[in-house]
Amino acid sequence: MVGHLNKDNIQTLEFDALIVGGGGSGMRTSLELAKSGLKTAVVSKVFPTRSHTVSAQGGITCAIQSADPNDDWRWHMFDTVKGSDYIGDQDAIEYMCSEGPKAVFELEHMGLPFSRFENGRIYQRPFGGQSKDFGNGGQASRTCAAADRTGHALLHTLYQNNVKEGANFLNEWFAVDLVKNKFNEVTGVIAFSIESGEVAYLKSRATVLATGGAGRIYASTTNALINTGDGLGMSLRAGFPAQDMEMWQFHPTGIHGAGSLVTEGCRGEGGYLINADGERFMERYAPNAKDLAGRDVVARSMVLEILEGRGCGPNKDHVLLKLDHLGEEVLNAKLPGICELSKTFAGVDPVYKPIPVVPTCHYMMGGTPTNIHGQAFTSENEIDNEIPGLFSVGEAACVSVHGANRLGGNSLLDLVVFGRAAGLHINEDLKSGGGVEEANSDDIESALHRLNKLNESNSGFEVAEVKRELQEVMQNYFGVFRRGEFMEKGVQALEEIRDKCDNLHLHDKSDSFNTNRVEALELQNLLEVAEATAISSLKRNESRGAHARDDFPERDDENWLCHSLYDPINKDLKKRQVNFEPKTMEAFPPKVRAY
Amino acid sequence: MIEVNIYRYNPETDKFPYMQKFNFEMPDRDIMVLELLNTLKESDPTISYRRSCREGVCGSDGMSINGKNGLACITPVSEVAKGNKLELRPLPGLPVVRDLVVDMTEFYAQYEKIKPFLQNDTPPPNQERLQSPSDRDKLDGLYECILCACCSTSCPSFWWNPDKFVGPAALLQAYRFIADTRDTRTEERLESLSDPFSVYRCHGIMNCVSVCPKGLNPNKAIGEIKSMLLTNKRHEAEIIASDGGGSS
Repeated sequence: MVGHLNKDNIQTLEFDALIVGGGGSGMRTSLELAKSGLKTAVVSKVFPTRSHTVSAQGGITCAIQSADPNDDWRWHMFDTVKGSDYIGDQDAIEYMCSEGPKAVFELEHMGLPFSRFENGRIYQRPFGGQSKDFGNGGQASRTCAAADRTGHALLHTLYQNNVKEGANFLNEWFAVDLVKNKFNEVTGVIAFSIESGEVAYLKSRATVLATGGAGRIYASTTNALINTGDGLGMSLRAGFPAQDMEMWQFHPTGIHGAGSLVTEGCRGEGGYLINADGERFMERYAPNAKDLAGRDVVARSMVLEILEGRGCGPNKDHVLLKLDHLGEEVLNAKLPGICELSKTFAGVDPVYKPIPVVPTCHYMMGGTPTNIHGQAFTSENEIDNEIPGLFSVGEAACVSVHGANRLGGNSLLDLVVFGRAAGLHINEDLKSGGGVEEANSDDIESALHRLNKLNESNSGFEVAEVKRELQEVMQNYFGVFRRGEFMEKGVQALEEIRDKCDNLHLHDKSDSFNTNRVEALELQNLLEVAEATAISSLKRNESRGAHARDDFPERDDENWLCHSLYDPINKDLKKRQVNFEPKTMEAFPPKVRAY
Repeated sequence: MIEVNIYRYNPETDKFPYMQKFNFEMPDRDIMVLELLNTLKESDPTISYRRSCREGVCGSDGMSINGKNGLACITPVSEVAKGNKLELRPLPGLPVVRDLVVDMTEFYAQYEKIKPFLQNDTPPPNQERLQSPSDRDKLDGLYECILCACCSTSCPSFWWNPDKFVGPAALLQAYRFIADTRDTRTEERLESLSDPFSVYRCHGIMNCVSVCPKGLNPNKAIGEIKSMLLTNKRHEAEIIASDGGGSS
């Protein structure tokens, strides 16, 4: 990376399709494309099995009719629509729930080591927000599991099958920015090899952002250190919108202090939360579903318990997850990973003692708006316009199946169903002549700008300090409960942080495995996501799903039964219609959401 | 205060690797080695290492910690910093890219060599393939591997023949597919391991078992493979012997 980079001193590598991100969604897309004969590459900043999908624990929710032979994907669809607080798109949810069984059986055929019932079928456990018979038949058991390591099993299985199909990986390559031509089409990305520092224009007829979430915008998160919203950062910088960015899921059970995830499967298997009085408080907040109410509901109840002085520990700042009554045998068989994590990070063996837990940032429901084929779009006056060349899948995308609150086990299903759908669509599209026009040298140089500026910095702000500042602002002003006046302060603080992010000092200018450079670029992505989150949160004047406002405590269907669409150029929020037109059935109309 | 010595090497500026000493003020609680590294990196951003999940499931941050391979993110400083000294080096036996980052090409190549994917020659049913819980139990202790390379890079046989000896991590995965009742290529898998190097270079030193951060036992899996190979050989020998008897 010596000197000022331009089109002539970097190399160009050409592809038919480029997938940025090697987690579950990216590898499901690439698996489809590897079989197609198209020239494809997965660009991943880590070796694929280090991606955050590996940390998913409890399972993949799907009506495969194993635990209950009468289960119905329409019941799953009802739960998901209700869970989304009615701003999930019903055509997309219908597609996910009905295609789900096929996708899960495919994973099993690929070798995923699911746990089993006595009859040899895939084991399914109860998860939050699940019901039979459209909410009338009691708790369902719909989450397919490989013990409590389902994400690990799924990610490794997908990697293994990519190896089998000869997929092409650019591992430990970091994508810097999208290249966009004068027609506003995406023609690929600028990326560099982390190991060697070699920079390239990866030119492609289709670019898929499968970069996952950005939980690291918060100080306390279950997310891996690599979850910095790189794809969303790139698309926002390119001027493309992001949808429903105010919707961040706080998982009820992150380990107090460390933030590591403790699966909802613990409560699915019979565990429950208690406060300082030893009371099972969820009975008060959700009399029917109790500890298996929606995650947003449980997280808020926990925070209220803590705020009202019934928190546990010397600082009364957490509650406890009780599991000991399940017995050692069940815990070892069903939740072995949790026992391990709890001993390591909480110093507690759940066989004997409850785990200290606190709601912790977990999942980004928002993202790049796409249709069910992963095609990204902008939206103007109620009309969606496709962005040629740009696709997105998985947590990075907002298709939107999760709306204002995701149900447990639906993210893994989202990855495989929509990863597969995008792969199928891109294959068809490219084979029938789809693609984009060329980018010129100015287009390429503007995508190199960020890297050049950082490489040429001689002074400026420290990456670690600015990152901490950003995370504290988000934690303090955009947490489980939100209020307009505080959020305004947060938005202002982010403006100052933006100035600092524009003037970071890169100390280390070397080419070999320079993680200082990677972390600086990641911080700039975090900022884009944080700002989109902050402005969207401030402007949605109601409470819905995960977005809970003290100053607007009620859901407002008259004004806000819609998606929010953040425009990064004007830093403004527009509204976009929610889809209420599933193809095979009547839509589920909005109702009061009670558990 | 503890003394931390870190292996440093940047191929662009250093002719030779060297150990750099840091004095580290421990906070009033125990922390993991990774958090210590992250803190040091704030004052010296040039220190390079891999990390991702920070909870022991992604396998990025395997390194040599006071002489023993382990994951930085789940190794408490208190457990390893005996005498208030901590020494961090890259995983042994693989080329160093920079500081604590090693080139894992050879490790991954061995993994790919064992065909780490389910192979079943019968057409799949419309739903899942059935597997009894007891057959599924056979995969416990095998499928949980996170490919951190702590085991293979602690193995002298792997140091000696990284290109020919498959190594404990990939052998554990080889056995994971042999043991899977849904896989129909057991014979072929065994055959591909029957040369003098692939599996037989394991001499039961057991370093793999003592370092595995997930508590897995590659040595046991290797033992199973060896005994299956022997049973196969005996079986072959019996066939040859009986054929020989018949023709004379």
